[in-house]
Parts: sequence; C-alpha cells; structure tokens
Amino acid sequence: MAIEFQNVSKHFGKKQALRDVTLRLEEGQIYGLLGNNGAGKSTLMKVLTGRLIPDGGQVLVDDIPVSQTAALSRLFLMGEENLFPASMKVKRAFAMAGQFYPDFDADYAKSLAGEFGLELNQKISKLSTGYGSIFRLILALSVNTPYVLLDEPVLGLDAEHRDLFYRTLIQKFSDRPCTMVISTHLIEEVAAIVGHTVIIRAGEIIRDAPTEILTGEAYTVSGPAGLMDAYLTGRQVMTQTELGGLKTACIRGQAPESVPAGLEVSHVRLQDYFVSLMREEERK
Amino acid sequence: MTFQEELPIFLQLAEQLKEGILSGAYPEESQIPSITEYSVAYKINPATALKGINLLVDEGLVYKKRGVGMFVSSGAREVLQGQRRERFYEDYVERAVREAKNLGLTAAEVTALIERGFEEDGH
Repeated sequence: MAIEFQNVSKHFGKKQALRDVTLRLEEGQIYGLLGNNGAGKSTLMKVLTGRLIPDGGQVLVDDIPVSQTAALSRLFLMGEENLFPASMKVKRAFAMAGQFYPDFDADYAKSLAGEFGLELNQKISKLSTGYGSIFRLILALSVNTPYVLLDEPVLGLDAEHRDLFYRTLIQKFSDRPCTMVISTHLIEEVAAIVGHTVIIRAGEIIRDAPTEILTGEAYTVSGPAGLMDAYLTGRQVMTQTELGGLKTACIRGQAPESVPAGLEVSHVRLQDYFVSLMREEERK
Repeated sequence: MTFQEELPIFLQLAEQLKEGILSGAYPEESQIPSITEYSVAYKINPATALKGINLLVDEGLVYKKRGVGMFVSSGAREVLQGQRRERFYEDYVERAVREAKNLGLTAAEVTALIERGFEEDGH
C-alpha cells in the first residue's frame, strides 16, 4: 500500500513545474515535503489529488490511478482553499463532511474545535486567516482517510495553536496510523516529527530519505578562520559564513569523532542542511 | 573534543529517561509514560520515541509488560549510578580542570570550590 508517482511531469506554459518525478510514499509514515517557493510542492500535491492532470507519467494510490474516484476517496488534501461554501457555518460543514468522507468523525472534529477555540456557529467566510487554517486542519485530522496531505498547515497560526496542532497530529497518528505528508516552510518545527524527508527543487526530487539519514550527511564545524581554512582544505564544504574572525562551515560527509583543538563540531539540523543543500545546488 | 548538546533526539530522550530513574522520578517497578505520551509531550515522531526507549530496554533498565506498558526494572537505579560513577571523571573532572586552566585557577582553588559546593548544596 503506497502512493506512487511514476515519471510525472507537468508544465505551465514554458515553466516545467514537475520534471520526471518518481516517488513512493509508504503507508504509516509522516513525511516532510520541503522546498523553496515555486519548487513544485503544491503542484505535486495537486497532481496527486487529481486537481491537476500531469502531462506525462502517472500517479497511483494503492495501485489505483488517481483519475479514478476510488483512489481519490483514499486521500485528503488540506490546502489553502475551502471545500465548503463560504456562507456555511462550521458545524454544518462538520455535519456534511461525512457525505464525502464516510469515516469522518464529527464528534472528534467538534472536540478539537473546542480545544482550538473555533466557534461552531461562525460562518466559514467570517473566520480569520488563523481560524480558517484551524478549520481546515480539524477537517484533515478528522477525515480518517489512509493518506492525509497538509499543505502549509500552520499558516497564520500563533505559537500556542501551532504547538497544539503538532501535539494533536502526533496523538492522532499514534491512535490511528495513516500516511501524513506535511509541506511547510517552518522546517525547524517539523524536523523531529517527520520521519522521512523529501526535498524538491525546480520540479525535481533531489533528496528522499529518512530524516536522520539526511541530517547525518553533513556536519558543522566552527572556529578561528585560520584554523578553519586549514581544516576545510580537501573537504567538501556546502556553505561557510564568517563573523569577525569566527568561521562556521557546513561540510558534506559523516561527522568525525574528533576535530583539531580549537574547533567545535556539531550535528547539522534539518533546516541548516536544507539551506546548505539549496546553496550547493545553486552553485552547480 | 566531543559533540555539543545537539545529540540525536532518541539519545536525548534516553538520557532524560535515565535521569528520571536516577532522580527517583520514575521509581523501580513503576510504569513509565507510553511511547505516545512521550512523542506528544516532546513533539517527536513515535518511531523516534520508540528507538530511545528501546535503548533502555536493551540495557535491561526498562522492561515491557505485554498489553500493560513499560516498567522500570529492579536494580536499574544502581546500574545507572554505577555507569555514572565510571564516567564522572571524564564527564565532570576533566572538563572542570580544562576550564580551570583556561581561567588560571589552581588545583587548590578548584578543590576549595568543590568543598564549598558540598557545603552549600541542600542549604
């Protein structure tokens, strides 16, 4: 059971939004989909949910092409747009969601609304940016489809609500495992949550691996510039910055057991790895 | 030169659990929180939490009761104290001496500071 992209391509005019994408999203995992603006994250999700038709290749959900309803009913995409009429009240939307998604849990949705402070009698059109996101998040956490895709889920949420959302997501995932795909710019916040990371750049998947493998591909060393220059010779430097006489570099490779006296070595965090990788790619 | 605090998360979790056993927050034969409780509390992937806790299971510090949960083994605290005593020199003494040398403190001055620490602790 899995989502499979097989050589998927998509153009918008001259712009190639997806370039021969082959990707397999396994069951029961939390995936992070990372990429800069315009990298193709949203296009990838829209092709998956049948909202965009690819120019080439195909997408299968549990072996069923996404052109078929049976495939689409196994997916839920939480994106920016609303699925319900703007004049509808939140509670009516929760009551109706079961018609489209048979496993939708309206009681759970209502209890989450209480936790997040979402007013059930509010019209969808009257919700603030933050509460609009919360409304869509609650739908996503309550649909109980085998695959849930979250495109920028915490847009407009304050720190307390983001915290509540991440906890709720993990609780949900533990209680009823499904495949979640989180596309976000806030890499640091999801770094410990996403077990597997997919990095997309200019329409191509450039990394696809367990998160700890990716962050194990590089390490950070810092120290006085003179010592650093000697240390960096012959090593594959992804990025380096200098502040006063202190130099910090992100180096490709496995972190060494020790470094010369005067230098400090540390693990690289997912966000730093991502930024370094993007800079490295730009230089190519 | 060793790593700074930025250990992989599953190791950090394992360390915190050990800390809890040592301090008595998790007494022997008491139940520890579940994988789900840990992953929600720390906002980490449940697989990561499982990996961290399994380190303690492998060391015999924690054991599983099928269908019930995980419990602290009898004697776990003593085992951990033994491990920590062995590491005390490199974890604390070597580092303190290195820093003392950087600051120009003598052995006698450091000894006096340690004695002061013993006196003031618990006041």
